[in-house]
Amino acid sequence: MMATRADRRAAAAARHRLLPGGRLAGPMPWIIAIMMFLTVLAAAAALGLGAAVRSMSADLAGRASVQVVEADAQARDQLAARTLQSLRGADGVRAADPVDPAKLADQLRPWLGEAATSGDLPVPALIDVMLTPGDTDAKLDRLRRLLSGLSPKLRIEPHAAFLLPLAGLLTALGWLAAGVVLLMILATGAVVVLAARGAHDSHRGTIDVLHLMGSTDVQIARLFQRRIGIDALMGGALGFSFAALVILLIGLRLSATGSDVVGAVSLDTRGWLLLVALPIFGVVLATLTARWTVLRALGRAL
Amino acid sequence: MSAIVQFENVGLRYGLDSETLSDVSFSLAGGGFYFLTGASGAGKTSLLKLLYLAQRPSRGVIRLFGEDVVTLPRKRLPGFRRRIGVVFQDFRLVPHLSAYDNIALPLRVSGMEEGEIDAPVVEMLNWVGLGDRGQARPATLSGGEQQRVAIARAVIGRPEILIADEPTGNVDADMARRLMSLFEALNRLGTTIVVATHDLPLIAQVSSAHMMRLDKGRLADPTGSLRYPPRPPQDKP
Repeated sequence: MMATRADRRAAAAARHRLLPGGRLAGPMPWIIAIMMFLTVLAAAAALGLGAAVRSMSADLAGRASVQVVEADAQARDQLAARTLQSLRGADGVRAADPVDPAKLADQLRPWLGEAATSGDLPVPALIDVMLTPGDTDAKLDRLRRLLSGLSPKLRIEPHAAFLLPLAGLLTALGWLAAGVVLLMILATGAVVVLAARGAHDSHRGTIDVLHLMGSTDVQIARLFQRRIGIDALMGGALGFSFAALVILLIGLRLSATGSDVVGAVSLDTRGWLLLVALPIFGVVLATLTARWTVLRALGRAL
Repeated sequence: MSAIVQFENVGLRYGLDSETLSDVSFSLAGGGFYFLTGASGAGKTSLLKLLYLAQRPSRGVIRLFGEDVVTLPRKRLPGFRRRIGVVFQDFRLVPHLSAYDNIALPLRVSGMEEGEIDAPVVEMLNWVGLGDRGQARPATLSGGEQQRVAIARAVIGRPEILIADEPTGNVDADMARRLMSLFEALNRLGTTIVVATHDLPLIAQVSSAHMMRLDKGRLADPTGSLRYPPRPPQDKP
């Protein structure tokens, strides 16, 4: 005979009565909430830093700055104009644009003060060069040869060279965060094992009675895995909600800095989907771990 | 009638202690009524534990319903246990469940739909005279009432064997008589009854019962066919 919805509700209520203790009653959901909060934050850091490194690599891979190091302003401007023309006609160059001297002076002002705009200091002229994709090193070598033929006062600096240590740091931090996620998952599993063992021990009397009435191990394990799964669901939802709030607030603060590098630490839709998957994964992990733990404990009895 | 239970040279030892049960051999016929007697510590509860599959023997062979349960894989035990009802000496009611839920437990374990559970549980509550105490928790029930809940729980699944360990140990004489009447009624329906007790007047109430006596872990009547009260000499074959 097919079970009605009322039947299923009544059966669920009966199963719930069999293992006493209300939802969110014990420490388990709260511990899972805290662990999920930290796991989601660590995962967000790993994903955000990974995105920053990828964005930085994509931005820097084909870019370089050409410096026109000439003390005389007039000669500098003339050399910059010739260099720009040569670069625009060079093979492998997608774009070459002079950096606005006013913007350059703005960036130097914190270090040089008003001297940056006075013209007293021989600030080099800069040309931003964007290469066509692929084979960057060979193209940079060709440009070096081209520029040295034009003037010994020209220098080319690939952007990747001076931002490489920062990219390395971000990559290392990203891996560290990923490691923290892994450790938190292992710790969550361990917490569930301890909780399931504790629940099994504290309900030993009921379990013995159920066994002697002919309950199978799977029937008994199902009681525990349901309870722990519900705890994990509630704890996971709570932890994820708080973590999402914190991530949004941090995102607002990061974008407020106006820094390209810091602003690149961001989460795309795929990143958010991965974060949402974490509490779901947590519930599945907790349920399966509880089942495995209880079945192992029951297997030791007759 | 064919044997529903067979013990052959069964021994039981807990850890490194000496044997609690030694060379126990007997057989119980389906539909019979059996008393197991003996002084305290004689091994009655240990023998019952073997019978309701809470323990495996250290040696010997136990056949239940025609199958050797000593070598039975663990996963097949639940199927056998569902055919046995047990009234424990200490009742073992689940303390946080109502009388109703305690009685319904074997039906839920067997996978019966919730909609089909209510009628037999209510019938059983009425049968043991607790129709109005269904929602009471065990702690609020008297010893006799708990005993009846335990009996109702043991019989609701219509077991083929009902095992009761000192079922009258906590009740007065009147309640003991009523319990025996319940057991006799079940026995008439075909259930094999095994009652462990050292209450000889109780045994005298059931004229059709057989008696087995344990003495220091050994069965004093290895045939398991002693009758109580003893038959007059002219009746003996």
